[in-house]
Amino acid sequence: MEKPKPVTKAAKGVAVLVLLALVLVPFLVIISTSLASNKEVVANGGWVLWPTDPTLRAYEQILSGGIVTKALGVSVGITAIGTFVSLACTACLAYALSRPGVFGGKPVLLVVLFTFLFPPGMIPAFLLVKGLGMQNMYAALIAPVLINVFNLVVLRGFFQGIPEELYEAARLDGAGDWTVFWRIVLPLSKAALAVVGLFYAVSYWNAWFHASIYLESDHWPLSQVLRTYVIGGAQIADTGLSEAGMVSAPQTTQMAVLVIATVPILIVYPFLQKYFTKGVLTGAIKS
Amino acid sequence: MVPGVAYFLVFHYGAFVGNVVAFKEYDPFAGLWGSPWVGFGNFSRMFGDPDFWHATWNTLYIAVLQLVFYFPVPLAIALLLHSLTSDLLRRFVQSVVYLPHFLSWVIVVALFQQVLSDTGLLNSFLGDSGLHTVDIIGNPDAYRPLVVAEVIWKDAGWGTIIFLAALMQVDEQQYEAAAIDGAGPWRRFWHVTLPSIRPIVVLLLIMRLGDILSVGFEQMLLQRPSVGPEVGEVLDTFVYWQGIIGGDIGYATAAGLFKGLVGALLVFVANRIAHQLGEQGVYK
Repeated sequence: MEKPKPVTKAAKGVAVLVLLALVLVPFLVIISTSLASNKEVVANGGWVLWPTDPTLRAYEQILSGGIVTKALGVSVGITAIGTFVSLACTACLAYALSRPGVFGGKPVLLVVLFTFLFPPGMIPAFLLVKGLGMQNMYAALIAPVLINVFNLVVLRGFFQGIPEELYEAARLDGAGDWTVFWRIVLPLSKAALAVVGLFYAVSYWNAWFHASIYLESDHWPLSQVLRTYVIGGAQIADTGLSEAGMVSAPQTTQMAVLVIATVPILIVYPFLQKYFTKGVLTGAIKS
Repeated sequence: MVPGVAYFLVFHYGAFVGNVVAFKEYDPFAGLWGSPWVGFGNFSRMFGDPDFWHATWNTLYIAVLQLVFYFPVPLAIALLLHSLTSDLLRRFVQSVVYLPHFLSWVIVVALFQQVLSDTGLLNSFLGDSGLHTVDIIGNPDAYRPLVVAEVIWKDAGWGTIIFLAALMQVDEQQYEAAAIDGAGPWRRFWHVTLPSIRPIVVLLLIMRLGDILSVGFEQMLLQRPSVGPEVGEVLDTFVYWQGIIGGDIGYATAAGLFKGLVGALLVFVANRIAHQLGEQGVYK
């Protein structure tokens, strides 16, 4: 094939740069502003692209035992427990549904897929959680979203891709269902488990809506706190954090909360990124 | 298998049964089963409610805007990425554009507000340069373009995955054969690339059509306060506002059930059309 023309090449270069800038510049501004000193933020009209005199004051302030600190703990707990339980339940069900000839396999699969087409609706789900007495319990954030159908289909597709010979060999060696699942299927599915685990972790970490309708404000996870104080515009200083007498500019604290809510995702993301394409595709093709 | 099945039975089918409340006048003291039946009362009230039609109109308006402006973007980015010759660069750009998908709507909305509000980045820049400042957040006229821009920023990169995969599967030999036959880059794009990814485009379009009554509940709920229900109310927020905030449980359930029924019907119809056109569709 002939080489692309210089014009095409330049246009592509510009397009790529614009794309990168659109995603990265907002992140840079948030991080910079959260690290900037009070004076600089005010002088610059609320934001900083590159702090000249970086300080961690905003972080010290919000992490010194106030509402943000507590919310951070709640978020970490919900994310860890939720991800583990969801992943375990999803993997077990996906395995059962991936094996031919399991008792009730076909109808169960239909029952599960039907919920995708026809979700129960917001109000009935709300009434159910209330009816089960889960109001103001952390379980209300996990139980109603325990298994995600898309994740289930991804894992099931992956399990089905494991060669039948492996199962047969294990059977001949006298392995039962659990042994096969534990010793063969799971170790071979690390990539898919990593992707699905990330999807669950991200959704638990980001969830705020259920917290806002089921939990009292002193039980809130970080996302819901973020919603109230950054989007809702309430001042974090109102909540007793100003006691120390060194209040940062509101923008700085808001940006610091944003950073704290974003950083965990930025940390796990690069490690799992390489699995995305494969994981998502298995799911997309099978469904 | 048991915990998984139990979950679906309780939280999907169990909750689904709760939809009977759409045919009742819900009384919190009498409970779900003790409340009196009202037949289709909630539905007839809904069809006569201008607020309901207003929310429906807003939903469709935003959905169509998304279809026109959002839908082509991932395809365009995928084509751009696919045409990059450096593998390393492509992977780097991919990692960057996937990233916003993993941020919550709270963070995305907060980000847009920081950049676009009257005291935000854009306006302090415009102000410093002696230009007119523009109010985007809180301006009802700008709300619809704003929410579409947010969706594009958040999910367009992620949406490229599926197109990229389809592009990978295009047979290299077809390009070579076309090049030998004298086809330039544009003709190759038109006659080889586009036909190869047509099935996947149709598939995504169907799924989008089936989902047309759901336009980002979290996103809308977060921003409804800043512009008000006039432009900010969609069907999902209507259900939330009437039911969970307003306590008008039976009425809100009716609206939700109606939305679900129409949505399922749309998937069914769209899939039918796809079959008629000889495409595979979402299911067989």
